[in-house]
Amino acid sequence: MTEVGLGPYLVVSAILLVLGVFGIFLNRKNVIVILMALELILLAVNLNLVAFSAAHNDLTGQILAMLVLTVAAAEAAIGLAIVVVYFRNRGSIQVEDVNLMKG
Amino acid sequence: MITQILFYLFAAVLLISAATVVSARNPVHSVLFLILAFFNAAALFLIAGAEFLAMTLVIVYVGAVAVLFLFVVMMLDVDFAELRSGFQRYAPVGATVGAILFLELAAVLGGWKFAPTATSALAAPVPTHISNTEALGRLLYTDYVFLFQAAGLVLLVAMIGAIVLTLRDRRTSRHQVIRSQVDRKPADTIEVLSVGLGAGIRELGIYRPKVVEPETVDAHADGGHGHGGHGHADDAHGSGSHGHGH
Repeated sequence: MTEVGLGPYLVVSAILLVLGVFGIFLNRKNVIVILMALELILLAVNLNLVAFSAAHNDLTGQILAMLVLTVAAAEAAIGLAIVVVYFRNRGSIQVEDVNLMKG
Repeated sequence: MITQILFYLFAAVLLISAATVVSARNPVHSVLFLILAFFNAAALFLIAGAEFLAMTLVIVYVGAVAVLFLFVVMMLDVDFAELRSGFQRYAPVGATVGAILFLELAAVLGGWKFAPTATSALAAPVPTHISNTEALGRLLYTDYVFLFQAAGLVLLVAMIGAIVLTLRDRRTSRHQVIRSQVDRKPADTIEVLSVGLGAGIRELGIYRPKVVEPETVDAHADGGHGHGGHGHADDAHGSGSHGHGH
């Protein structure tokens, strides 16, 4: 961090977050790619936390990044399980078909 | 200087592969580029000095999450070309939202400066004489032990949830029926015979356990052996090749 500085890290993670949001809009029908875009967003969050942790010389950010990592892994597992069950029941993973509850 | 060059190299590859993840035509390519993005993010973590997190990222994401994605993508028989219809339709909306978000982030981060008291209000300053992993461990198991336990609980819930969601009971699967095992009486399975001296048990016609309950239909009910029955695990006699248990 002494050589690179905080700014480039923030720019990279901001672009990464925007790419993730863009991916959610771009792949409106494919749940799996939406989950991958969510992983990208969480990766951007992690990058931000680590960058601030290094800039402040404070380890708490890395602890939080580890927790975000845990939650991201759990979210991916649950999300993919739901996708598998949904595909088993309906034979499709289109987001627009998910309207059984008429929500 | 070399650190900066490496940083921009890894950052460029990270962003390019992230863009490929969201725009690839084939979801398998998306997953593979996601793995590349995670590797480069781990390199950025290393440059920032978070060594343990970098290795954790590689292990957890590349080793577990990305492989899970790959597994699901390859397991589901989905027409992905059909899923990409409307790609051009949603692209302007996504680009607009993304641009707005980026401008907002730039506006926030562009005017960012730390409060003058921020440097003196550190919660856990990085120790200088121990490694990053050791410092994280000391912090995680003391000050943040409840967060650590909560993370473990999250993982437990995720594991149980994934199993409960995807486990289905096939009609053909054979389960262990504990009730019937407990209900077994000695008289159902053991028969006391008086064997004559030197006669041997073969003449009596019984040298295999009795059939207890043929509740599962199988191919061994033809009685071709004469004694019938599908041998249980305690069928330790020589004719075990006739009835292989379930």
